[in-house]
Amino acid sequence: MVLAARGLRRDFGGFTAVKDVDLDVHHARVHALIGPNGAGKTTVFNLLTKFLQPTHGTITLLGEDITNTAPDKVARMGLVRSFQISAVFPHLTVLDNVRVALQRPNRLATQFWKPLSALDALNGKADQLIRSVGLEKERNALAADLSYGRKRVLEIATTLALDPKVLLLDEPMAGMGHEDVGMVAEIIREVARERAVLMVEHNLSVVATLCHHVTVLQRGEILAEGDYASVSDDPRVRTAYMGTEEA
Amino acid sequence: MTLTFELQKQKERTPVVAQTVFLGLGLVLLLLAPLFFYPVFLMKILCFALFACAFNLLLGYTGLLSFGHAAFFGGAAYFTAHAVKEWGVPPELGILVGVVGAALLGAVIGFFAIRRQGIYFAMITLALAQMFYFFCLQAEFTHGEDGIQSVPRGHLFGLLDLSQSSNMYYFVLAIFVIGIAIIWRIINSPFGMILKSIRENETRAISLGYSVRNYKLAAFVMSAALTGLAGGLKALVFQFATLTDVGWQMSGEVILMTLLGGIGTLIGPLFGAALVVTLQNYLATSEFPVTIITGVVFMACVLLFRRGIVGEFYNSRLGRRLGFEHRQKH
Ligand SMILES: Nc1ncnc2c1ncn2[C@@H]1O[C@H](COP(=O)(O)OP(=O)(O)O)[C@@H](O)[C@H]1O
Ligand SMILES: [Mg+2]
Repeated sequence: MVLAARGLRRDFGGFTAVKDVDLDVHHARVHALIGPNGAGKTTVFNLLTKFLQPTHGTITLLGEDITNTAPDKVARMGLVRSFQISAVFPHLTVLDNVRVALQRPNRLATQFWKPLSALDALNGKADQLIRSVGLEKERNALAADLSYGRKRVLEIATTLALDPKVLLLDEPMAGMGHEDVGMVAEIIREVARERAVLMVEHNLSVVATLCHHVTVLQRGEILAEGDYASVSDDPRVRTAYMGTEEA
Repeated sequence: MTLTFELQKQKERTPVVAQTVFLGLGLVLLLLAPLFFYPVFLMKILCFALFACAFNLLLGYTGLLSFGHAAFFGGAAYFTAHAVKEWGVPPELGILVGVVGAALLGAVIGFFAIRRQGIYFAMITLALAQMFYFFCLQAEFTHGEDGIQSVPRGHLFGLLDLSQSSNMYYFVLAIFVIGIAIIWRIINSPFGMILKSIRENETRAISLGYSVRNYKLAAFVMSAALTGLAGGLKALVFQFATLTDVGWQMSGEVILMTLLGGIGTLIGPLFGAALVVTLQNYLATSEFPVTIITGVVFMACVLLFRRGIVGEFYNSRLGRRLGFEHRQKH
């Protein structure tokens, strides 16, 4: 178990967005977090990555308590997230986006006296990542000029650039074309061989084929948990998540 | 295949050649300028241009609007003036004292300011700079309303007599060029790349593990130190340091210069500074109140050239053909 949350809760004023959530994320497994819109999935991600401070509860990453750790520190410890709304650096090229992600782990981020060409040392790794997500044609395009789906793919490449131990992906396939969905599913399967993955996903066929474990969230609380077959058979899940008994 | 490659290479070369020509031309003009203009007038422009470029390192390249840069400019002027006049150090060392002093001041003000964002950041820099203003008003070594007067320019490295205005001019020009070169290097460095990414998407930079606060603080201190370079230089040029240079109006003026010239362009602030200083000089002798005129000019420029003078040029057809447009984005 690499990431664990116990009794996680988050209040916004009088409203409780996340309540009593326990979560165990394991090495070499893909864990899906599903639930209707507004269930609190993104908030759980924000809590786990410490972009939000939990009202109650504790979070442990790789055996260390990170309940009061700063978000950039959490990222440096190996828990890296992607965002529901694509997060790239719009006026940087695809190559520069990936290189920015590579700069810190390669100790090339603080040198203000070196020329930009010093970053060419990262090109090998960067191009490998760009190729692995099929962005080589767009390598020198500005991120702002990419289609929405391609931006998401780029964000996944920059997330992988950090070689994280735990990946949190918030709806990584939303807005993607059919081919990209297949490719990204393949990438996730591949990276999960040596890492833990927690992902929010609405596409249930992706969840069914890709994920080892599913947690269903509803109104901030865990409704059901287990493998996809058992969860999708749960009548409460059927009514709550799929809106209908026979979905 | 080879043909298109060659064509592409040529296409890429045109801007580089054009930009080198522009740079060379600018330098020649600056070298010859004392033949046509008063050296003090030119030196004033160069000091303010360096000030505005240093300020722009923060506003244009890090996305932080400081409203307290007068503290670093005027503070450095006091430090340099005091060191040169009271301690009798040579001018190069005096300027170094100004730079170090401004950097320390920048570390203190920056430390508190970077905890906040946007308008709150601006307000904190303003408030702390005003505290420094009142400190300067009360402190012994600044001589209150009188300021530090008749500051000797001294001999550069014990050799070059800076009281001769042409010597002084080329000294100021050299410092200016060095200052701009340093800013250029910072912007176009691995560190500058991270600053850019923070400006572009701060949340993503954090999620990539960057301690955004440290980077902002580093940029703040660098900007303060380079502002100090300009302030120390100004104290030697005019041979005095006064409260005017630490007042909030000075912080406003540098914002004006930067916006006029073009945020996020390396040399835009140079043009903004030249415009404002020229206006002030010519209007100083007229009956018209200077502040109203500069206000009107500012309004007109903001309405006509939203990107600033240089920014609009970069984005014009000619600018694009010469390959400037791309520069501005970064
Ligand atoms: N910063 C916030 N302030 C107030 N309410 C919030 C905030 N973030 C999320 N919420 C609320 O928490 C609930 C869960 O939101 P979210 O986690 O985004 O859901 P999901 O990702 O499952 O669609 C929603 O009702 C949302 O309005
Ligand atoms: Mg969400």
